[in-house]
Parts: sequence; C-alpha cells; structure tokens
Amino acid sequence: MLEIGLAHYLIVAAVLFTMGIFGIFLNRKNVIVIMMSIELMLLAVNINFVAFSTHLGDLVGQVFSIFILTVAAAEAAIGLAILVIYFRNRGSIAVEDINVMKG
Amino acid sequence: MIIQALVFYVFAAVTIAAGLMVITARNPVHSVLFLILAFFNAAGLFVLMGAEFLAMILVVVYVGAVAVLFLFVVMMLDINVEKARQGFKKYLFIGGAVGLVLLVELVLILSSTVVSTDVSVVASVPIPSLDEVHNTRALGQVLYTKYVYLFEASGMILLVAMIGAIVLTLRKREGVRRQVIADQVNRSREEAVEIKKVSSGSGI
Repeated sequence: MLEIGLAHYLIVAAVLFTMGIFGIFLNRKNVIVIMMSIELMLLAVNINFVAFSTHLGDLVGQVFSIFILTVAAAEAAIGLAILVIYFRNRGSIAVEDINVMKG
Repeated sequence: MIIQALVFYVFAAVTIAAGLMVITARNPVHSVLFLILAFFNAAGLFVLMGAEFLAMILVVVYVGAVAVLFLFVVMMLDINVEKARQGFKKYLFIGGAVGLVLLVELVLILSSTVVSTDVSVVASVPIPSLDEVHNTRALGQVLYTKYVYLFEASGMILLVAMIGAIVLTLRKREGVRRQVIADQVNRSREEAVEIKKVSSGSGI
C-alpha cells in the first residue's frame, strides 16, 4: 500500500480514462464538455506512457508523450474552431443537432 | 517512502475528483477550471514519477494554452446552461454501464498481467542515471537525434492546425466599412471637388 509502484499509476490512468468515456455519454448536449472529456482521456494515456517509461527505464515513452501533447493541442485548436463556426451557423452546440449529413 | 505515498495519494485523489467534476459540473466554465486543476495534479504525478520536463510541458501547454483556449471559447459562446444539461439523467445509466464495464476490464487486465522489471536491458533508449544527465537533457538528446523526423512531423501538424483554425474561423462580414487605401489615393480631382457658379443673392 505504501510502496507506490507501476500498478498505482496505471489504476489512476484507468479511472481517468473511464471518466473520459463516461463524460462523453453524459454530456450529449454540450460539445465543449465532450472535448474536455477527450482531453481527460489523452491525459490518462499520457500518464500510462510516462508510468511505463519511468518504471521500465526506457526514455522513449516520454518522447511519445510529447508527441501526444502536440497532437492534443492541434486537435483542441481545430475542434474548437469547428465548434465556433458551427455555433455561428446554427446557434447551438448540441451533438444531436449535428445531423445535416444524416450520418 | 511514506511521504512519497502520501503525496501520490493526494495528487491521484485530487486528479480523479477534478476529472469527475469536469464531466458533472453544471457550468462549462467550472468544467474548464476543474480541467486545469486535473492537469496541475497530473503534472504533480509526473514529477513524482521523475518526468520533470513533461510535467512542466503539461503545465505550459495544457494549462497555458489548451485550457485557456477552452475558456475563451466557453465564454465567447452564449450557451444555455439548462438546455445543455438536458438528457443528463437519460444517459446516466448507459454511460455508467459502459464506463463500469471498461473500468472492470482495465483493472482485470492490470491485475492479471505481471510486468517484468528486467525489461530495461532491452530498452530502446535507457534512462541515464540522474547523476550524469538530467531528465530534460536526456529527452533532448533522444528527441533531436533519433526521433528528429517525428519531431519535425509534429511541428508540421501544429502548422497545419494553426492554418486550419485560422481558415475555418476567418469570415467576410457584410456591411462593414473598411479603409481601402488604394481607393483613397486614386481619388481624382474631378470626383472630389465641383465648382459652382453662384449668382449673388440667390444661393445654390
């Protein structure tokens, strides 16, 4: 219990990832909170990468964590830009209203 | 050892509690603020693991850029909070079921696997001892040599994202009077002044 090992970090990451999934289900009317849930999931993935990297003594996990950070920042920028023009056109940010393509 | 354990539990508990508040907060602004709290505590976990550079990057990139971007957008859009909360209870059950199944599966995987600690002999880039090289320098020595192509590709991704965000949100607005310098300079005398002959006592 007092010895903090790899499993502890992995469980924290697993709980965070699950909460990200849960948030996507919960906030069907609010795309911004869905994007925040995605950020939470990416954070959980990062915690996994860094935990394995430091506990197994391989630096590559941290390098890939940097790349994940980069892609997450780009994703947030593009996603929020799409959200802004969607709100400008439709006046709503509910996921259910995004049905123009009938997909 | 006990202090390390205590700090870990504090950081982990606050991270998870903040994550829970992100998805359940009534007001999206509060969600963003709790997201910032979660990022800070995750950075604390990173420091605890010995990845100082990534912890600082997490604070700079996530709290400084991404979370503030979220905050801008949340405050810019006029969201009806009550309407955005509709369907919360409807999806509570199915969301909870899916989340529970996922969590149980993840914990099952974790508890049924044993990670050998001897794998550092096959490590692609072993972490050097802290006496020789600190974390930031060690990361740089790998990132700029072995992974330089991936590094440049990620720079390209950021460039594309920047251009994409600008192109998406740029719009031509109707009915806005802008200063056109070329038109001003090209005005000729004929269209600017007119000479009228005024006879005395009658006006124009």
